[in-house]
Amino acid sequence: MDWFPLWNSLRIAAISSVIIFFSGIFAAYYIVRLPRMVKGILDVVLTLPLVLPPTVCGWFLLMIFGLNHPVGQFFRQFEIQFVMHWYGGVIAAVVVAFPLMYRTARGAFESFDETLAWSGKTLGLSNTFIFWRIRMPACRQGILAGLVLAFARALGEYGATSMLIGYTPGKTATISTTVYQLWRTSENGEAFLWVLVNLAISAVVLLTVNMLEKNIRQGARVK
Amino acid sequence: MSIEVKIKKQLGDFCLDAEFESRSGVTGLLGASGCGKSLTLRSIAGIVKPDEGRIVLNGNVLFDSQAKINLPPQKRKVGYLFQNYALFPNMTVEQNISCGLPHEKNKEKKKQAVAEMIERMRLTGLEKHRPHQLSGGQQQRAALARVLVGKPEILLLDEPFSALDSFLKEQLMTELRSILSSFEKDVLLVTHSRDEAYDLCGLLALMDSGRITGIGPTKEIFNDPGTRTGAILTGCKNIVPARAVDSRSVEIPEWGVVMHTDRDIKDGLCAVGIRAHYFDENIMDNSFPVQILETIEEPFAWIVKFRYENQDPKSDPVWWRFSKDKKDPKGSSQTRLGISPENILLLYS
Repeated sequence: MDWFPLWNSLRIAAISSVIIFFSGIFAAYYIVRLPRMVKGILDVVLTLPLVLPPTVCGWFLLMIFGLNHPVGQFFRQFEIQFVMHWYGGVIAAVVVAFPLMYRTARGAFESFDETLAWSGKTLGLSNTFIFWRIRMPACRQGILAGLVLAFARALGEYGATSMLIGYTPGKTATISTTVYQLWRTSENGEAFLWVLVNLAISAVVLLTVNMLEKNIRQGARVK
Repeated sequence: MSIEVKIKKQLGDFCLDAEFESRSGVTGLLGASGCGKSLTLRSIAGIVKPDEGRIVLNGNVLFDSQAKINLPPQKRKVGYLFQNYALFPNMTVEQNISCGLPHEKNKEKKKQAVAEMIERMRLTGLEKHRPHQLSGGQQQRAALARVLVGKPEILLLDEPFSALDSFLKEQLMTELRSILSSFEKDVLLVTHSRDEAYDLCGLLALMDSGRITGIGPTKEIFNDPGTRTGAILTGCKNIVPARAVDSRSVEIPEWGVVMHTDRDIKDGLCAVGIRAHYFDENIMDNSFPVQILETIEEPFAWIVKFRYENQDPKSDPVWWRFSKDKKDPKGSSQTRLGISPENILLLYS
């Protein structure tokens, strides 16, 4: 059996999770501080991929990164072509899974007790120290839960991915596009194997999220 | 050493317009919740930026809207003890306290300063504990240690006892008083409790809806709060509209009596206040027959609600409070109660 789809799915999910982690935290932290009007608009734009059908996201991505469209042409100068290449899958996964991280991180930041940051400032601690050593640890569980959800969503991404990078065995195939392809060509036995792989990964993800949520509740009680 | 504050800040419908100057020692800001006390402290600490004004601490300008000076909180050297103590939950007591010395690069010195503070604040043995494992009093001491280790230029205390059970309060108040007396710099204490204000502050400022309505030595403020809100804040139970009859007597229409004071009455008198424990059956001044309506028992005192003979039936009953060891309440519902002329608080609008 060719394990390429697993490896490809994992690398797409891992890279996009790293991108989502930092951009999601950045967005969650700064958008809360913006004027209400701007905040509302940005909030809608950033959360939209969560409610749009993934194929619609895929269509938008093709309109932006397609070879005959401005951004696509810009990257073409550097010999980077997102369409039909595995790293295009990273773009698709980032766009679709970003809202999960953004939303959970924002929730965690909003429930953060701001007096902790204030007291840090009056003690003379730098804003960087306060962010990484006080705010992040306090919001740790919410942020981790968001990251796990985003990772899971990126791993299972199908719609936008199949539109942007299609299905090329050994090149762009991911677990979800492989399952569809195998079923279409009536190779149900192998499709079933991939289904099992997917079930296993999902179970691990859900267990992790549950564990984190339990810790959050216990943390709240101790407090 | 002193702090000068003159700031304005508009927040929705609320307008903070505070102006005061502290002298050395402990200065109290007494006011009801939502009157702008905490906002004033936050402005001094640099957490909130006032719209305009000036804040000067021991000669250093912290904020000046005209000169466009607005030091960040990190540079103000202000020790701020928050209402909930704001100890960092992810750090031990030791780590929390060493956060108060962010600029000490010498690790040995830092360690020593933290160790000294731990001993001074009687936190020995709790170094490795996390804040949630500490009692309320220990949390307060840990937070004070963290603030004091950095040698701030002023100490700001925001409702330091509101997070504690009442039985702990008195013990901790004595403790805090001794810690404050060994602190060489000034202290600004914000509270809504008249007991804390009276116990801890040498100078007291009264605050009402964003404004300082009176400032003076604590005892004088309690003896003569001057305004209706001042009388309420200092715990006066009986406040009733009044008008001047001549320079030393007031008519209280609701109670149907005229009372004499030993202070000259100025223009603009709107009410008088009489503290519940100033009524006495043995005082012959301002003595009138009263009808007792209700007797309420407290742990160490009796509260008696009564009416004057000619009191307006629609008005509230008057409160009289006396200590249990003085005497027991009488069975009869009729008696005479007097008040010394110096105990009538003249309240102006």
